[in-house]
Amino acid sequence: MSADANDGLSRRGFLAISAATLGGVMLAPGIRLIEIAGARAPEQSVSRQVRWGLLIDTNKCAPGCDDCVKACATENGLKDTGHPRTDAQWIRKVELKDMRTGRANSVPVMCQHCEHPPCVDVCPTGASFKRADGIVLVDRHICIGCRYCIMACPYKARSIVFEAITDQNPDVPRGNGCAEGCTLCVHRIDRDQQPACVEACTKAGHNAMFFGDLNDPHSEIAQRVAKYASTQIRADFKLNPGVRYQGL
Amino acid sequence: MAEYLIYHELGGPSRRFWSLLGLLAVPLALAAIAYFYMEHYGHIVTGMDNQIVWGMPHVFAVFLIIAATGALNIAMAASVFGKAVYRPVAPLSALVSLALLAGGLALVMLDLGRSDRMVVAAMQLNPESLLSRRVIFYDGYMASVGVYMWFLLEPRMNRYVKPVAIVAFLWQLLLITSTGLEFGFNFRAVYDSVLYAPMFIAFSSAYGAAALILILLAACGWEGRDVSGELLRRLKNWLGVSVGASLFFAILFLGTKYELVRSRDVARFLLFDGGVYTALLWLGQIALGGVVPLALLLRSRLSRSGIAAAAAMVLLGGLAQMYVTLIGGQAYPQILFPGMIESSSYFDGEIHPYAPSLVEVLLGLGGVALAASIVAIVLRAIALLPERLDPPAKPQA
Repeated sequence: MSADANDGLSRRGFLAISAATLGGVMLAPGIRLIEIAGARAPEQSVSRQVRWGLLIDTNKCAPGCDDCVKACATENGLKDTGHPRTDAQWIRKVELKDMRTGRANSVPVMCQHCEHPPCVDVCPTGASFKRADGIVLVDRHICIGCRYCIMACPYKARSIVFEAITDQNPDVPRGNGCAEGCTLCVHRIDRDQQPACVEACTKAGHNAMFFGDLNDPHSEIAQRVAKYASTQIRADFKLNPGVRYQGL
Repeated sequence: MAEYLIYHELGGPSRRFWSLLGLLAVPLALAAIAYFYMEHYGHIVTGMDNQIVWGMPHVFAVFLIIAATGALNIAMAASVFGKAVYRPVAPLSALVSLALLAGGLALVMLDLGRSDRMVVAAMQLNPESLLSRRVIFYDGYMASVGVYMWFLLEPRMNRYVKPVAIVAFLWQLLLITSTGLEFGFNFRAVYDSVLYAPMFIAFSSAYGAAALILILLAACGWEGRDVSGELLRRLKNWLGVSVGASLFFAILFLGTKYELVRSRDVARFLLFDGGVYTALLWLGQIALGGVVPLALLLRSRLSRSGIAAAAAMVLLGGLAQMYVTLIGGQAYPQILFPGMIESSSYFDGEIHPYAPSLVEVLLGLGGVALAASIVAIVLRAIALLPERLDPPAKPQA
């Protein structure tokens, strides 16, 4: 019987099964990895048609609330080293008081993801760069730590890492001596998720932060900026930041 | 013409020269230790932080780079503008310029957060970046000054020295102007003024002339030779005019910052309320580096030691100026919301403190020692010093 069964497997059948098995073995991990990363193909994920941006409704942003700051630190592996002056801060709450009227505001400030980013203009190696979809990032592989981007940024949004880092988040590699700043949680955006700060703000019920495509007229953010008055920090610099503030 | 000039190497007993090099090796070795210490532990061991990101090494580096471009002025006066009295010291002027630039650039590279990636800076140039373009300006400057020195010292090429000198002059202008604009184009309140370009040209002329005078006097003193009274008088006047121009531009800069309402607060910080920065501005930059040496240099008869003292004061005042410009410029808070009082966990709205650490100072002094070592070794190895500086210089090309 067994001899008959073996005879039943033709050479062609054997080759077909082998090829299918080999193909499966070679492709499956790749497919699995893509599934894990959840990333789209590069040409799909980054498009010039998109301009990612944030809208902050300062009327809903409570003084002392730092849910967004905490979420950013957790998501990106930013730890308190006990040296606040040298610690990196990708997002911070700035408390404001109008000198004349006394009106107070509390606003989160992070990289403003400018259309014309000065950090990109000054970077000697091109490590500071702007993605096609408007997100301003640092390529940690070619950043030489000259700190010129920190000098050039008018928003105080860049930091440099002063000491060796351990226990990093694999999605957000950081490096001693390299410049860094808010990435708009680019790793989450590429997985169709919201930035961690926005998600935390929404989850806590504050609803003070909106993320979306400023170029898409149907997006909530685009409709809000079209409907309500919003402003950019230091709009006089003409850098056209992708972060806008409502109620300032 | 150039054939009247005979150049020779720095003389003197070899033991004395080796002692000089041994002396210079001390700050160089300390700077090397400081560098490796910073490289190993990261910039956490410096006085810098995320508010003051350019510290003492940059103060020395930018100071040396500014002085470097100005040190070439004497050679340019001889070869571009036909001032024959400076012709004997033209090669020394070019050498001092290159040595100071090497010292300054070495500091910039060694103070990088990732100095292990220095090669990346050379291989991956971002053509949009002003700093990156300046890497090209530095290379072009060194090349053009090198070719200029070659044409100057090679009798067969002497007749072509003027066009080569013009190229070097233009590179020099480009380099110092872009250094000034690096500050002038910055959004920070202390900067943000194109006056930085002409002001830095004046500063560079003063610091470069002061460094050249000190090195010339030291080289001649080394061999016990006299410098021509006429040359010294001209160099003294040159330094005087440069110091006067520096004061003029500094007053113009601070005055306009104060006059314009939008920048009055920052001017007030620098002029009156800035603590160490105000003290260094008035006592260091204005008094020690400006008014006092100018008063000395305006005297018609001034001894060699008087000129040397004035030059030393100009250099110390220059370092004070650079500290006020660089550190003071970062210490003053960045204004994100004009008309609002700002505060945050990232120290918005505050004057940022800074205390330079020992490693930073040692690294900075190492840059100066590197420049001095290059001058000493090249002068000993290559004939760049004129045979005679004691008679009045004859009209030469």
